[in-house]
Amino acid sequence: MSLQGCAGYAPHMAQASPRAPSSIRRVLTHVVLIIACVVVLYPVLWVLKMALTPGQAFSLDPNPLPTVISFANFWDVVSASEGGTWLFGRQLFNSIVVATITSAIGIGLSCTAAYAMSRFSFPGRESGMRLFLVTQMFPGVVMLIPLYILLDELGLLDSLMGLSLVYATTAVPFCTWNLKGYFDTIPRELEEAAIMDGASRWTVFTKVILPLARPALAVTGLFSFMTAWNEFIMAMTLLSDQRAFTLPVVLHGYIGDHGTDWGHFAAGAIIVSIPVMALFFALQKQLVEGLTAGGVKG
Amino acid sequence: MTSVGAVAWLMVAGAMAQPVEVHLWHAYRGEERTALETAIEAWDEAEVDVSVQVLALPPEGFSTKFEAAAPRGNGPDLLIAAHERVGAWSSTGLLAGFEAPPSGLHPTALEALTYNDTLYGLPLATKSLVLFYNRDLVAAPPTTTDEIAALAGDLPQGVYPMAVAATEPFFHAPWMHGFGGGVFNDTGDVALDQPQNAAALTWVKARIDDGTIPDEATGVLVTQLFNEGRAALAINGPWFLGEISDQLNFGVAPLPQVAATGKAAAPFLTVEGILLSGHARQPEPARRLAAHLVSEEVSVLRGREGRQSVATLAALEHPDIANDPILGAFRAQLDDTVPTPNVPAMSSTWEPQARALRRVLRGAQSPDDAVRAAQQEFAIVTAPPPPPANPLPYLALAGLLAIAGVTLLARRIWNARSEIAQHRTAYAYVAPAFLGMALLVVAPFAVGAGMSLFSYQHNESTFVGLANFANILLARDWPVFSPLSFYTTLAVTILWTAANVTLHVGIGVALAMLLREPWLKLRGVYRVLLILPWAIPNYITALIWKGMFQKQFGAINAILGLFGVEPVSWFSQFTTAFAANLATNTWLGFPFMMVVTLGALQAIPRDLEQAAEVDGASGWQRFRHVTLPLLMPALLPAVVLGSVWTFNMINIIYLVSGGEPDGWSEILISEAYRWAFDRNHRYGYAAAYAVLVFGVLLVYSRATDRWLTGKS
Repeated sequence: MSLQGCAGYAPHMAQASPRAPSSIRRVLTHVVLIIACVVVLYPVLWVLKMALTPGQAFSLDPNPLPTVISFANFWDVVSASEGGTWLFGRQLFNSIVVATITSAIGIGLSCTAAYAMSRFSFPGRESGMRLFLVTQMFPGVVMLIPLYILLDELGLLDSLMGLSLVYATTAVPFCTWNLKGYFDTIPRELEEAAIMDGASRWTVFTKVILPLARPALAVTGLFSFMTAWNEFIMAMTLLSDQRAFTLPVVLHGYIGDHGTDWGHFAAGAIIVSIPVMALFFALQKQLVEGLTAGGVKG
Repeated sequence: MTSVGAVAWLMVAGAMAQPVEVHLWHAYRGEERTALETAIEAWDEAEVDVSVQVLALPPEGFSTKFEAAAPRGNGPDLLIAAHERVGAWSSTGLLAGFEAPPSGLHPTALEALTYNDTLYGLPLATKSLVLFYNRDLVAAPPTTTDEIAALAGDLPQGVYPMAVAATEPFFHAPWMHGFGGGVFNDTGDVALDQPQNAAALTWVKARIDDGTIPDEATGVLVTQLFNEGRAALAINGPWFLGEISDQLNFGVAPLPQVAATGKAAAPFLTVEGILLSGHARQPEPARRLAAHLVSEEVSVLRGREGRQSVATLAALEHPDIANDPILGAFRAQLDDTVPTPNVPAMSSTWEPQARALRRVLRGAQSPDDAVRAAQQEFAIVTAPPPPPANPLPYLALAGLLAIAGVTLLARRIWNARSEIAQHRTAYAYVAPAFLGMALLVVAPFAVGAGMSLFSYQHNESTFVGLANFANILLARDWPVFSPLSFYTTLAVTILWTAANVTLHVGIGVALAMLLREPWLKLRGVYRVLLILPWAIPNYITALIWKGMFQKQFGAINAILGLFGVEPVSWFSQFTTAFAANLATNTWLGFPFMMVVTLGALQAIPRDLEQAAEVDGASGWQRFRHVTLPLLMPALLPAVVLGSVWTFNMINIIYLVSGGEPDGWSEILISEAYRWAFDRNHRYGYAAAYAVLVFGVLLVYSRATDRWLTGKS
């Protein structure tokens, strides 16, 4: 496709500032975004309200602003400890470890696979791509027990590594597909030039392609992280030690068979979402600075 | 060595050996947990040669974890669970009996924990519904149902006489029993269609119509109304104590009599027992620990500190317990309860009961027809398993297919051998991901899918060939046009997937297009705010959405009311229930598509769009003919995978509409879950559903193949 070459050949043009929009368009854009934010924030404020209101009741009151402010629920959640171990700190650490390893393995496995699928035309490529997609279609309901037995046989039960591996393999299909889609838009001429200069495939991949694919890497990184961060049932089934639990297991511990500690759950939900927001904030720059922002130096 | 020497040697070895570990799993929280763990710690310190390892788990997934872990030798020695589990667990060998239980335990509680004449646990606590009353609104608790109905006249405007989650069969049970009905008949068979059951339904429907009980009340609404003084009475269990506001002046009393029959409104009784695992490694110290936990001393502690209604007779006489007004009310209720039957069939009755109850309460069916329909539904979900099939033809066929497949693959590889050799690098790049997936995703699914050829019923697994598939596809269980048939559910699932993906992608792409404009101030702030729905655990936000759709008190109807719209009963029609699910899932799902689009947009050079703008193309034309085609390669995988995920998105259906009305808003995967968990653990049937879901998605992926691979 000839258009794809343009980005590579005219990076300076891509940086040219777009024409200033009319003020009506500016205002309209803000109005739309503010409406979207209000719709998004309304239920979120409710979570915050339940977290800040003392007690464990669920609020149905249409007013999402708290009338009393107390940090007791946050304190209860954060201060959980057992036998001298600061349990919450330990579990937060576990969650971060699992999500980080998942992202590392997920991106590691999928970026190489996606590169091969984007750049080489080898026998079995199409079936392989399809197989990745097909694995997403397996309903989890029948997989839990066989997976438990398998991990037990592999000695991976009760280990954060085992859990991360399971998460990574569930994140790989999307990551591979997404990266492959992005790699396809990166002009081949760049690599060919580097190879002509004597660079190896691996060097081209790590020094040319990956830096250009930062937006897609940011998307897949966030996705893999989220796959691990909020997952509950696998973590609950595969781990059997309070000190090894990840935060979703702790959070679900506030849900009873009948009653739920809504105050604690809401406070925990807010705490759990903060690292995700922080990560997204940190990734934003990568996400919006791709080819158009002058990533192409070749 | 003399015998004396041997004994001395054994004693030394015993003293030096590591203490044996007893593992105990429970799902308690709050004060119940504290009291239990205090008692265990004290015992642990006294018993030098035993070390107790306690694991607190969330109730959700507790049984699945136990069922997976115990047979593999990874389970606990002791676990605390409701007596309803005893029937199913003991018949698969997951539990071991208590031959000589300590004396002085409440006979009703012991009986509940007994199955086939064997006692499988020691009773820790009994739990049942009771009557909570607001002392500022009613002086004394009503003793008959007529007194409840009569309250209406004395209460201030806007105060309901009684708040109860009337649509839940567990909360309806007191009336069912009070009218003389029940789930089982005198001969021990399930009989949901007893005329007394219809009479109870008639009574509750009338109380909702006359405003005694609020309409569409969930547990959450009951708490809210009672806490705000807008309900004089509430029917709830001991867990409610933790939710009642500190400022409320309330009392607890046994449930009233049903005036029409003079019988007590008897709630179901749940006995929480400490059960001994059939795979326990240390059964002897485990039994001792169990006996200790039901001793008088520990039971008084659990009652006083843990606020548990204990089942140890001596503890019930102890002044700390006997003089406690709240524990006293639970104790008084104990004599008028019906222990939930612990036979496995009981677990399959909840779903038909719930459907019947909801049909009557929303006025869709008469009580007589509803109970008859419930009995029919029960018969369907507990239908006898298909006859065993001869596995030989299947094995032969599978063998032939395997040989054919391997030969075909080998020939392909052989024909392409030179090409394969050329692309060694490519294979090296793909291999790690491929192997990981094959091992951890494909293998477990293949094993799980194999279960679809078996029937697991009454804990026996028999090979039935393709009979499960035949039953589902030939609509032998539910008629084709009924809400739970495979075909109706498939149609709803397709509609659900298409609507969701369209909205997710539409909103996600639109917002991403706005958010990339460099001149936009605050775009960093907007971006972070707009991914919030993805970041917050959806369990709580989904339930907030469900709350917003509540008929009388929900925010959505309040907003619609501003425009003069009558309150909508969202979950009583398919279209509105579907819309509620869709709104929730769209709110949760668009941020992902927005993030993917933001990333994909970076690959598109802006100068192309600017060139188009110079040529006079309108905004829409630029998007349609320049941006979108360039966006597609990176966006399509997200669209295809997004639709696959949405197809199997059970959480939202389960949390928001719960399949209401009458199963119409269920999707295929929720049927698989129901067969696995709500309908007597028929895993074979559930696996067949899962395989069919997979098959449907496979067809879908074939159809999308051309978009996906054709472009590259």
